[in-house]
Amino acid sequence: MESVLGNKKAVAVLLGPALIFFVGVIAVPVVWSFVYSLYTGNVIRGFTFVGMANFTRLWHDPEAHQAFWFTLKYALVVTVGQILLGYALALLYVFVLRRASTLVRTMVFFPVVLPTVSVSLLFSRFFQYAPTDGPINSFLKVIGAQHVDFLSAGGTSFIVLVVMDLWRTQGFYAVLLYAGLVEIPDSVLDAARVDGAGGWRLVRHVVVPMSLPVLFSAVIFSFNSSLKVFDSVLALTRGGPGSDTTPLNLFMYKTSFLSTDYGYGSTIALLITGVCLVVTLAIFRSSRRDLTKG
Amino acid sequence: MTVDTVSPPVHTDPPRAPVPRGPDRAIAMFAGKGLTRLLIAVLLVVVCYPLFWILATSFKDQNEFLDKPLWKMPATLHGSNYVDAWTNGRLGHNALNSLLVTVPSLAMILVFGAAAGFALEVMIWRGRSATLLLIVGGIMVPAQIILLPLFTIYFKLGLTNTLWPLIITYVGHGLPLTVFLMATYFRGVPREMFEAATIDGAGIYRMFWSIAVPMVRNGLFTVALLMFFSIWNDLLIALTFNVDKDLQTVQVGLLNFSDEYGSLQYGPLFAAISITVFSTLLVYIFINRQVMRGLTAGSVKG
Repeated sequence: MESVLGNKKAVAVLLGPALIFFVGVIAVPVVWSFVYSLYTGNVIRGFTFVGMANFTRLWHDPEAHQAFWFTLKYALVVTVGQILLGYALALLYVFVLRRASTLVRTMVFFPVVLPTVSVSLLFSRFFQYAPTDGPINSFLKVIGAQHVDFLSAGGTSFIVLVVMDLWRTQGFYAVLLYAGLVEIPDSVLDAARVDGAGGWRLVRHVVVPMSLPVLFSAVIFSFNSSLKVFDSVLALTRGGPGSDTTPLNLFMYKTSFLSTDYGYGSTIALLITGVCLVVTLAIFRSSRRDLTKG
Repeated sequence: MTVDTVSPPVHTDPPRAPVPRGPDRAIAMFAGKGLTRLLIAVLLVVVCYPLFWILATSFKDQNEFLDKPLWKMPATLHGSNYVDAWTNGRLGHNALNSLLVTVPSLAMILVFGAAAGFALEVMIWRGRSATLLLIVGGIMVPAQIILLPLFTIYFKLGLTNTLWPLIITYVGHGLPLTVFLMATYFRGVPREMFEAATIDGAGIYRMFWSIAVPMVRNGLFTVALLMFFSIWNDLLIALTFNVDKDLQTVQVGLLNFSDEYGSLQYGPLFAAISITVFSTLLVYIFINRQVMRGLTAGSVKG
């Protein structure tokens, strides 16, 4: 038993390939990225050591500030939307539709698997203004409102972006939270009902506290992935108009590959990683504190 | 208020909670049901209408796009848009590239991930929990931070004009999550299974391939789906390493499609969106039970 399961050569054979990929594609590049942030230049021109200059530049760069605040604003709005919508849908599945929810669950999950680029192109046509109105603008005209050139201004572009990303992802969060809700034992719910809790009170005082762990992991997951938003912005607005809808990720991409400044690009990538880490730890700590209290 | 002293106390059933009488109750139930139905109807329209719209619009000809409102149904069905998107729009060519990248990446992720999960969870050796922790830590590493060093490595190795940079990056980036999930699934297999196999004289590789892997088949399938969609739909990595037009994947091709071609020719653009959307949906419809089961079982508990 011990000798078979402790076979060192077999460990090397089974673990080896994965470990090689991990070291080559994750570990080495992460360290390498730190080194890059001290340089300027690119792989073709060559690199020059600049010390902390990239970090000072990042600190004073108005474009970086704009990207930073846009990323935070986007992540905050989308996370709140994803969790609220997802939770409302999960409650609908569990308490209203019950066993009949399979079909609705499947349909609402549809958009989750669709390629983001396709969805973005679809939405940009859906909200189209010129040369002809898309369905949304036609609808606005029917109800007597002005039609709007959504993607020509930062504010309205942001709205379209958020609506699209919520449309795309709500099914995922609904299923994730649904998984947490179905795990609440029926006996607890029945006991609460006998005690006279029903409807909203049942949700507020029994269901929400009992699904708190799942809610928190969904928040972490949602915030983390929305901080890394890239595909949907690039395909829907190209970060524009101007750089009004440019998140850090796209800013990093443009700096690295359009301005071919690897050093500054790596510095921005470090900032993204740092933000993700800080946010995750902050949510994690606050969730633990709340859980021990409640 | 008068006190009735005449009528004797009658023994009746203990009072129940007030139940609305016949018609009231029916109305309450109807309102409840009606509201639920309305809610579901709105939900389904919100989800399905954009998909239906893209399909309908993909059959219009150029004049209909420019002269008629975009929400109108097409007058006649122009299937030629699809041919145009597939050939002139290079969608067929790009789909082949996507396939050539996704299949080997997926195969390597699954084989290497399952083997590593087995070595880290079932086998017994010093340092295995530290190694597992290190690899799982890789889940937190965002793709952006590894892109630039990888670009340099691939450039120096002369791989830049092939599909290898994509395959290698997808495998490396997908492995941490796969190893983590596989280790979790192997944890669920009773130890006695492996002990019995040892007594029966099975070697370690046979134990892995003939006993451990079939036991976690469902988990493996869930991971495969997760990885398939994330690789097939990826834009960031594909855009970074695919400089050559001949090597473009579907997503990158579609992005350029809207730039060079789509603003002038609506039909092929809508047809291309339609093809990518509905082919993905088709895959999803066939396997959605597995997706749902995997999501509701594994992801949250970890």
